[in-house]
Amino acid sequence: MEKTLNQKAWLLVLPVLVLVSFSAVIPLMTVVNYAIQDAFAGEFYPLENKFEWFSMLLESERMWSALGRQAAFSAIILAIEVPLGIIVALNMPKRGAWASFCLVVMSLPLLIPWNVVGTIWQIFGRVDIGLLGYVLDSLNIPYNYTQDFLSAWGTVIVMDVWHWTSLVALLAYAGLQSIPDAYYQAAKIDQASRWKVFRYIELPKMSGVLTIAILLRFMDSFKIYTEPFVLTGGGPGNATTFLSIDLVKMALGQFDLGPAAAFSIMYFLVILLISWVFYTVMTNLDKKDGV
Amino acid sequence: MADATVTPAAAPRSERSLPRIKGRAVVMTLYLLFLMLPIYWLVNMSLKTNAEILGTFSLWPQDLTFQNYATILTDPSWYMGYVNSIIYVTMNTVISVAVALPAAYAFSRYSFVGDKHLFFWLLTNRMAPPAVFALPFFQLYSSVGLFDTHIAVALAHTLFNVPLAVWILEGFMRGVPKEIDETAYIDGYGFGRFFVKIFMPLIASGIGVAAFFCFMFSWVELLLSRTLTSVEAKPIAATMTRTVSASGLDWGVLAAAGVLTIIPGALVIYFVRNYIAKGFALGRV
Repeated sequence: MEKTLNQKAWLLVLPVLVLVSFSAVIPLMTVVNYAIQDAFAGEFYPLENKFEWFSMLLESERMWSALGRQAAFSAIILAIEVPLGIIVALNMPKRGAWASFCLVVMSLPLLIPWNVVGTIWQIFGRVDIGLLGYVLDSLNIPYNYTQDFLSAWGTVIVMDVWHWTSLVALLAYAGLQSIPDAYYQAAKIDQASRWKVFRYIELPKMSGVLTIAILLRFMDSFKIYTEPFVLTGGGPGNATTFLSIDLVKMALGQFDLGPAAAFSIMYFLVILLISWVFYTVMTNLDKKDGV
Repeated sequence: MADATVTPAAAPRSERSLPRIKGRAVVMTLYLLFLMLPIYWLVNMSLKTNAEILGTFSLWPQDLTFQNYATILTDPSWYMGYVNSIIYVTMNTVISVAVALPAAYAFSRYSFVGDKHLFFWLLTNRMAPPAVFALPFFQLYSSVGLFDTHIAVALAHTLFNVPLAVWILEGFMRGVPKEIDETAYIDGYGFGRFFVKIFMPLIASGIGVAAFFCFMFSWVELLLSRTLTSVEAKPIAATMTRTVSASGLDWGVLAAAGVLTIIPGALVIYFVRNYIAKGFALGRV
């Protein structure tokens, strides 16, 4: 749609600007303030080197390993949730009572408070009282998410797949719903194979909503905190200490405000950078396809 | 193509269509089972006594009890958690949608200096990790005397809900032809009257979707709401974490509290079930 040039539109944006400034800019300035000073007992002392906290963190192994775990986690869950979500969407009934039922059940995990998601899996995975843990244990599979590295990672990943695959599936489903029947009839006349229908009709039509799905899943998985915190508390050891968990430990646990603030800023910048790359690449792809 | 039994791709080879339908049902049944099992287990636990939970392993309650629910529903320190959560979630939804409406209209209709940058800047707030903001929020709201109030949590949650609401509403508004605006202005409608009387009804489903998402993300968030409250506005999610650590392992009550937090979400989903798919596409299909 052609948009009219109108500078008065700023007035309409003003309420949002004021509100978000209050809830984002002021706190962010506080963070910057901490990051370049030494805070001790409520007093600020200027640092000799403004970037002392930054360089300290960049040299510390702690932040890099948390970043590595975080990147691995996000990559794994995206690699599972996106294809699985598409498969589920392709297999969903198109209309009728069964379709409504599927939609309601699939949305359910999305509206459960995140700490309750953690609690559900904490109970479900316990060897003594949880169904999953009990079954695995009676099959003689060594499983203990509080002690064992692989079990902890497996549980955290299955939990996230359980929690969020439906979001990808629902988005993909909405994309599929918008495809006119005429497209399928044309494919039928051309005797297109199932794969070709998917590749040349369904996938391009889903690309817009899949962009949203991947962006949302990436951003949210990269700042995950509550679910793994409730489930494993970041353990065993530091095995599931993702960036947010590490940050809260540093800021509220040890009260290392300077380093924590510097950590916050770098964390935010990483998310920003990757999201921007995603966003640009995908909107450009969209333009090229003419969708 | 009137019903789900005709799958477009399998249609050319009709002898294959039967197993394929079964394949669909199997995939969906397995997936739904995977989703329901952990929830079923929570419900199962909430209907058992602690002695039974720890003593025997059974797939359903042998000795059905509602004692865990009674504990929660008769104790104000428990049930006020639900009341608090619902209050700040409602406040947040109203504030977010109200400020997002005019802004989304501006983004969908006009171009102005810095509009694209502003839009991306808004989205960056949706990307910001709440952990980054926990401590500064605590200090900010303490210094203005809003600590431990519902409005503090509601305002804090606008951080990620306002950008999302703008994003969703902008998508829906783009679908409304601009000629409608122009006709209304020619007919002598002022901006305010046009917006409320004509434009808002046209994007009613978009407003519903935006409200649904604001509700959802405010309801499920814990880190900020826990940091900004202590007693008066403590959300149910935080009440749960405290009780776990304080009383050791009261699994039955914990499970019952969990089940009760699922119910408001389930109710909301039931009411919007016919709009879910469109809604999740944020008006961009």
